[in-house]
Amino acid sequence: MPLSMIREGARAVLRSIGGGRNLRGRLAALGLIPGAEVMVLRNGGGGGPFVVAVNNARICLGRGMAMKIEVE
Amino acid sequence: MNRITVALAGNPNSGKTTLFNRLTGARQQVGNYPGVTVEWKEGLHKAAGREINFVDLPGTYSLTAYSEEELVARDYLLGPKPDLVVDVLDASNLERNLYLTTELLELGLPLVVVLNMSDVAEDKGLSIDIDALSRRIGAPVVPAVGSRGQGIEELLVSILEMADRNGAGPRSRVDFGPQLEPSIDTLTAELTKARPEIPEGQRRWHAVKLLERDHEVTSSVTGLDLADRAEALAQDLDHDGEGTSDVTVSRQRYAYIEKLCRVTVTGRHEPGRDLTDRIDRVAMHPVWGVPIFLVLMFLVFHLTFTLGAPLMTLMEKGVALLAAGVGSLWPEGSTSPLRSLILDGIFGGVGGVLVFLPNIVLLFMAIALLEGSGYMARAAFVMDRLMSKVGLHGKSFIPLLIGFGCTVPAIMATRTLETRRDRLITMFVLPLMSCGARLPIYALIIPAFFPRQWQGPVLWLLYVTGIVLALVGARLLRRSLFKGETTPFLMELPPYRMPTAQSLLTQMSMRAWLYVKKAGTVILGVSIILWLLTSYPKPPADWEAPIPEGATSVAEAESAAAMSYSVAGRLGRFLEPVLEPMGFDWRIGTALIGAFAAKEVFVAQMGIVFAVGDSEGNTEALRDQLRRNYNPLVGYCIMLFCLIATPCMATVAVTRQESGSIRWALFQFWGLTLLAWILTFLVYQGGQMFGWGT
Repeated sequence: MPLSMIREGARAVLRSIGGGRNLRGRLAALGLIPGAEVMVLRNGGGGGPFVVAVNNARICLGRGMAMKIEVE
Repeated sequence: MNRITVALAGNPNSGKTTLFNRLTGARQQVGNYPGVTVEWKEGLHKAAGREINFVDLPGTYSLTAYSEEELVARDYLLGPKPDLVVDVLDASNLERNLYLTTELLELGLPLVVVLNMSDVAEDKGLSIDIDALSRRIGAPVVPAVGSRGQGIEELLVSILEMADRNGAGPRSRVDFGPQLEPSIDTLTAELTKARPEIPEGQRRWHAVKLLERDHEVTSSVTGLDLADRAEALAQDLDHDGEGTSDVTVSRQRYAYIEKLCRVTVTGRHEPGRDLTDRIDRVAMHPVWGVPIFLVLMFLVFHLTFTLGAPLMTLMEKGVALLAAGVGSLWPEGSTSPLRSLILDGIFGGVGGVLVFLPNIVLLFMAIALLEGSGYMARAAFVMDRLMSKVGLHGKSFIPLLIGFGCTVPAIMATRTLETRRDRLITMFVLPLMSCGARLPIYALIIPAFFPRQWQGPVLWLLYVTGIVLALVGARLLRRSLFKGETTPFLMELPPYRMPTAQSLLTQMSMRAWLYVKKAGTVILGVSIILWLLTSYPKPPADWEAPIPEGATSVAEAESAAAMSYSVAGRLGRFLEPVLEPMGFDWRIGTALIGAFAAKEVFVAQMGIVFAVGDSEGNTEALRDQLRRNYNPLVGYCIMLFCLIATPCMATVAVTRQESGSIRWALFQFWGLTLLAWILTFLVYQGGQMFGWGT
């Protein structure tokens, strides 16, 4: 399921990232690669941006991006 | 000369800049990389007969060039090549920070690693085995707390030691595993043949980048057999791996990092329960986030102006005193042109702009505080929803807001935007956020033409018009000149930190010094030109001047006459065909020309041209003149025009500097002037049709 559907406080493991190589590369440099575990700190609800914690960083993503990331 | 060049690389928010400031103190040079909007920072450290030239590279997460910053950093490391690279890591966030390190290791440059913010790591219960880390990476590792100045000496020692070892690169390299290593070796060998000009140390980096299908590196080998080879190998990886080749490479980097951390780092930290997270629950609240932000911004402005006002008055008095002192060098009533040049031209122009220094400096400090504390990122998050509706990034909001104070620091604040496109669009519409310098114009005209109960609403209407135009303008620019995908909103939220007083002061004084330097050069030049335009040619002694009714004294009448005879006056008259459709006349035109120096000068110039003098006590007399010559519709049109057009010369200068080219600055200037003309024309003609123009 897409990351955008994970609720606040829950953890998920990244499976695959849609979108182009550009997006994948930027996410990878921030720690978001397949196999990485994240915790959702903020789920933007109706269209707002997302915040996830990965390792020791807090990353903000737009909703569109969160929808392109498949997790389990 | 015993000088070495050291590049400082590292993630954003790793404290790199604080370290840079500590290492170079006041000896910094700031500018722009040619043609781009990225800032270039260089500074010198002198000690014990050695000179170290530090180059502070833009903060990057990798060397894959997804933004202008990364491209600039990478080009510098590949091209001009420093003697040594210092990699600044945030010790509390090691895994992610090491990603860049893996790329730096592949570049083969002498490396020194700094484990910055080691105090934060300690607080979080993390303990790092420095020796083990150093051994495995093959480079010295120096723990530091940049904000407290700890570790600086040790870092300098390490740097000099490495430099003296004469170019020995790190002894370790990332092992990409059996899946990738053979391909990397193959490509490295091929690169040696096909592109022998690539230095040996960099070949491995290029090989890996080819496998990742990096855009720039791949383009650099198109047409060569190498390109096909690389593509074939990449395709093999696509099929074998769990994703495309770039994913496989990333995973291997992290695998290396994970192994490294497992043996060197002990302790783990639970996300979501820090003080930072608790504050964020409020700061980024879905409902309260925006109001909180607006209140904070209001406080920032309020403070800037209340603290700034007495300081400004001080500056004004100081400048006036100095002017009086210089003026007294000539006999009373002297008409020496040099005296006029110095007093009216230089003191008038430059002095007028310098007087704003306290306000601008305070604004810079407020920006530095918001950014250094980490709140700026939250503000961008909170405003993103609204901003994206016009095609802008959440981060654009802050510069726009600062523009209400002064456009100059606002344009500098666009540095935080990631893409050139976002930066340029924001810079273009920024002057529409009615800045503080326009207030004197409004304060002059509104009471002249509008009854008490209309005054507030008219002022409010002007501000709102500016905002609406900015948003609409941004949208239009986004759809026409700057098409493209929306920049994905991807941003790191740094933990909240209390910036040290020292770092704030350093930033503030650096920006202030830049502003003063700008005033001393560009603005000085333009002030002199404007002085020439408004003072010459002088009317001959027997010339009958058109004296405006209501002139308050003979001397004033003479000044008005001189003004109308000068180039600026004639220009005003020459422009009358263009001004009339807006309801303006040559006097307004002349005043507008003078206002290019600084918008408040408009009021002074109007005072001169209507022969009531340019000192403050004559405001009512000037208002009488305005009422005598114009009507409320024209009054409003004047304000509308001033709102949209003529960014002051400081703005143009800063735009040129920040955008990297004079073309964009001119585009901004003429674009806004044209927009102003069209809208004012429409408003005036439309108003006339409704019968308001009497």
